Amino acid sequence: MTSRFTFGADEHIFVEVSEEMSLEAFFKTLSMTNAIREAGIDGITEICPANASFQIKFDPDVIHPDDLMTRLQQIEETAAQADPVLNTRIIEIPVYYQDPWTHETLMRFRERHQDPEATDIEYAARINGYDSVQDFIAAHSGAPWFVSMVGFVSGLPFLYQMVDRDRQIQVPKYLRPRTDTPRLTVGYGGCFSCVYSVRGAGGYQMFGVTPMPIYDPTQRTSYLSDFMVFFKPGDIVKWKPVDRAEYDRCLSEVEANTYQPRIRDVQFSLDDFNRDIDGTNAKLMEALYAG
Amino acid sequence: MPVNVVSAGFATTVQDLGRPGYYHLGIPMGGAMDRFALRSANLLVGNDEGAACLECVFMGPTLEFSEDAVIAVTGGDLPPKIDGEVKESWSAIRVKAGQVLSFDYLKSGARAYIAISGGIDTPPTLGSRSTYAIGALGGVEGRAVQAGDVLPIGAARRRVDEGRSLHAALRRSPGSPAELRVVPGLYWHRITEAAGRTFFDETWKVASEADRMGYRFQGGSPLEFVDREPPFGAGSDPSNITDACYPYGSIQVPSGTEPIVLHRDAVSGGGYFMLGTVISADMDLIGQLPPNTPTRFVKVDMQTALDARKDRAAMLDRVRAALA
Repeated sequence: MTSRFTFGADEHIFVEVSEEMSLEAFFKTLSMTNAIREAGIDGITEICPANASFQIKFDPDVIHPDDLMTRLQQIEETAAQADPVLNTRIIEIPVYYQDPWTHETLMRFRERHQDPEATDIEYAARINGYDSVQDFIAAHSGAPWFVSMVGFVSGLPFLYQMVDRDRQIQVPKYLRPRTDTPRLTVGYGGCFSCVYSVRGAGGYQMFGVTPMPIYDPTQRTSYLSDFMVFFKPGDIVKWKPVDRAEYDRCLSEVEANTYQPRIRDVQFSLDDFNRDIDGTNAKLMEALYAG
Repeated sequence: MPVNVVSAGFATTVQDLGRPGYYHLGIPMGGAMDRFALRSANLLVGNDEGAACLECVFMGPTLEFSEDAVIAVTGGDLPPKIDGEVKESWSAIRVKAGQVLSFDYLKSGARAYIAISGGIDTPPTLGSRSTYAIGALGGVEGRAVQAGDVLPIGAARRRVDEGRSLHAALRRSPGSPAELRVVPGLYWHRITEAAGRTFFDETWKVASEADRMGYRFQGGSPLEFVDREPPFGAGSDPSNITDACYPYGSIQVPSGTEPIVLHRDAVSGGGYFMLGTVISADMDLIGQLPPNTPTRFVKVDMQTALDARKDRAAMLDRVRAALA
């Protein structure tokens, strides 16, 4: 996996670790961006990791773009040897699939959709070969997900499912992006799930909604008091399907500011995962629900 | 010293030089679309050049002053009026307590900057007062200015003389057609050689969808893509990529039809290919392009981008010297 380095004019270097998504590409992105951060190169102003690529923003008055390019290419060689092991956390996120709010929104934007006769989740289930929406929800929520990028807008996580490629879900984005998406919609585009952190435009298919805020600029939400953004790359997420009653119960806890997401610290090894995907995921679930 | 907002104009926001450092979380740097105009406005009234100003688009607000102040209006040509009397742009104007600042119609450009001595003193978030409405950060309660708002103003740093102004040679506005210099790169290899040539040969027009997040352009030919098998995770449209970061100034072309140049409130990433990036020296110009402005993208290399950057810095030094 040799990376492609290119300039974004005079202030950015863009590095495509791989054209296609994989956990290997994500881990290489992570180890390269960590190594670059540790190198403390003068002139670098931002390091933005993303799924299978990353971007460096820099001040060309401090470091010549060609010199920075050379430094980054040197770092690629050392970063490739880093162990793909991550000390991270696993988080349970409740999802109310097929909720009334995303349903209302998707009906408003039917003419921008591939299949105006079906809902987003019916369409996704069908094109991925599932017999029913229930089977599709079972697959979407059955195995955990990696946060492989945070971005687009304020704290929005992109998530990549931890299953072998044959079982990965793929759906196209809307033909034309919507101008509206409910806050906390669980969406899907390409091979990525996401949670829309704020209300706004969006092109991903809409499957449901979570009651759990993941961005709070006021930092009044108890678990966001340290920082306004909840997710970081490398977090592992397990969706928990909930019904309307449980959604409402979670929401009233969120409103009373007593909601506490279930979070456990875990170690993840890519090599162990590749050797035994289901076994590794089972251990992650044990860690999540222990105690 | 509060300033009362009588009417807000259109999309009037508090802006400074932005909040870099959070793009990896999807929080853009934000700040003035035309930073040169913001810095000049501040220097004219004796502020730190990164103090918070009002950025207004097409239409100015109406503001009532409760104490004496010095103001300056720069950027697009939006003539200021004090109690109805037209005053000079790019000049220090004395305003007395009780007087009202309003504006005539926009003559050129798209965005004007209103600096007030002492600077707008709304609370900063993540190190900046810049309004990022999508993320409810900065500005007045995380939103654009509204009628009825009372804007807090800081203490003036120093006294300046009325009438001092910035010579026309030290102002900068887009030509006609506007020219935006671009370094090709990023996913340039995804389009055919002929499509790449056409992109730079044709004249585009600014579309109505042109805001702080990005500027859309119309009127050129659709791009032709190099054939390929879509990589896993990218999506099936030839313009799709595995969701990646977007540089500020990068030009994405969803479905190959209408280029979008990302600006200060850019989304930090997404799944569309980009063919290159507008050079840093020309980013200020974009914010001054109203819809329908004919625009050419001009292909340049890195050395040209760095030289242009030096020219911009030298021009800013001349402004600082002139207003020291």
